[in-house]
Amino acid sequence: MTDAENREQAFRFFEGAVLTRSRADPLAVRDEELLADVITRVIGDVRHIAVGNASPIPAAAALLARERGHGMPYVSLLQSRKHNFFTDGGRELFDCAGQGRIDVFFLSGGEIDGAGNINLVGVGDYEKPRVRFPGSFGSAYLYYVVPKVVLFRTEHSRRTLVERISFISAPGASAPNVYRPGGPIALVTNRCLFGFDRERRRFRLESVHPGHSVAEIAEHTGFDYDCPKIVPVTPSPDGETLKLLRQVVAPQLAEVYPQFSAAVFGVHGHGGA
Amino acid sequence: MPLMAQTIEEALAPIRDGIMLAVPREVAGVPMEATRALIRRGVRDLHLVTLPTSSLQADLLIGAGCVAVLETSAVSLGEFGAAPRFTAALTAATIRIKDATCPALHAAFQAAEKGVPFMPLRGIIGSDILAHRPDWHVIGNPFGTDDPIVVVPAIRPDVVLIHAPMADRAGNVWVGRQRELITMAHASARTVVTVEKIIDSDLLDDPVHAAGTLPGFYVDAVVVAANGCWPLGLPDYYEADLAHLEEYARLAATATGFARYLDEYVHTSRGVSTAGATSSEDARELLE
Repeated sequence: MTDAENREQAFRFFEGAVLTRSRADPLAVRDEELLADVITRVIGDVRHIAVGNASPIPAAAALLARERGHGMPYVSLLQSRKHNFFTDGGRELFDCAGQGRIDVFFLSGGEIDGAGNINLVGVGDYEKPRVRFPGSFGSAYLYYVVPKVVLFRTEHSRRTLVERISFISAPGASAPNVYRPGGPIALVTNRCLFGFDRERRRFRLESVHPGHSVAEIAEHTGFDYDCPKIVPVTPSPDGETLKLLRQVVAPQLAEVYPQFSAAVFGVHGHGGA
Repeated sequence: MPLMAQTIEEALAPIRDGIMLAVPREVAGVPMEATRALIRRGVRDLHLVTLPTSSLQADLLIGAGCVAVLETSAVSLGEFGAAPRFTAALTAATIRIKDATCPALHAAFQAAEKGVPFMPLRGIIGSDILAHRPDWHVIGNPFGTDDPIVVVPAIRPDVVLIHAPMADRAGNVWVGRQRELITMAHASARTVVTVEKIIDSDLLDDPVHAAGTLPGFYVDAVVVAANGCWPLGLPDYYEADLAHLEEYARLAATATGFARYLDEYVHTSRGVSTAGATSSEDARELLE
């Protein structure tokens, strides 16, 4: 695409950035498939997973969890017509979360720091930023009220994982008197999986994805984190998972993320561009 | 009774320079034909409020110089990347931004809907959004002990502009499951609606349709704009024009490209407001 470079320059934010093009080799595991599998494992056993804007890989993970659970958990894709039971308009997602009826949500950030603070607003002076991101979406609310928030970022670099962020859209933790049943449980990147310790407000390196190394994580991470002596390799999705992702999840995903589904899975939704 | 306008320009007359204009989120049925008509008319200095986010609509209005103040939770082109004119305007500080978070905007409209001055909301404390919103406050929960909570002021727009599948001849508007459109109309001083079609039967006669209907009581003007969300989609009726959105993202990446886009697709009226027989048929099928 001729606009690819333009988009990269504009500080790619959309978390559907294609990591691996659809391949002829059916045995090869695509990066997106590995990440969806990791997220599904991190989520665990829950009743309701909601997915917001611009999150095709988390959406794939949620749909995968539902397929494995034969229809459970409930999955609500915010921008979907089909995978969404809401009948009270755009506010129902937030009201539902406020009632404690959403167990899992996904957030990202143009910048994320070591305390789990996320920035979806911009870099530099707020009034005249050097880089401007789309905005905070529902993060300044959902991060507080959803028990399991999975942070997700497909660009693991010192530009995105920073020591100190320019603008806190939503903090990773709050003072003891602030109502906060929710918060981060993990950070999934294209290189590794971090767990989050809420007591200590710190990330811990849990596993490194195949083809990446512990040293590489240190090199590309701008914040401090706990690193155990032995860090396992992230397990690859098994054949059954890949089959579900490619044959069942991908066509469902195409409704909301047609470009992504076409590029990654070679699956076309409506009027595919 | 609402004005059943013959032309889109007539319906849009209440949207004057400098007013607070509220528009719905990018997937709720966005009145794009009306947006292009506003740009052609050269509306200026809008205080644009998106409930709670926006995509092409806000980007077009900002790029065309129609917006002075933007209140939003996010503007982006989704799969097509950053909203280029929004990004350019903010990094050049040519418009004023009031950053929000989605449920705060929903709550602010609900406050206006109830006629109360503010609404409390969980979360937000410790976010820099709060630091840049002198109009938002933290109070102590009057029913609790040491329980700080944010309150946001009611948003009462001058005009709300929405698009819906259909209206009847009395100006009742069927919005279906897009219920925030009803909240928006309740909150606003005036409401202007573009619709795919006008039907002869009374939407309030049938309880199934009445439940998803915005009564004409809250509506100031209705006008037909068939395929009126193009190039965005209308949920349950037609899909977004992905090839066009990709073209927009490519052209709007630069100021000159954006000017070319305006010349080609906005300043030359495409005349979609009078055609669109196909989508009207679809609407009828779904109603029946």
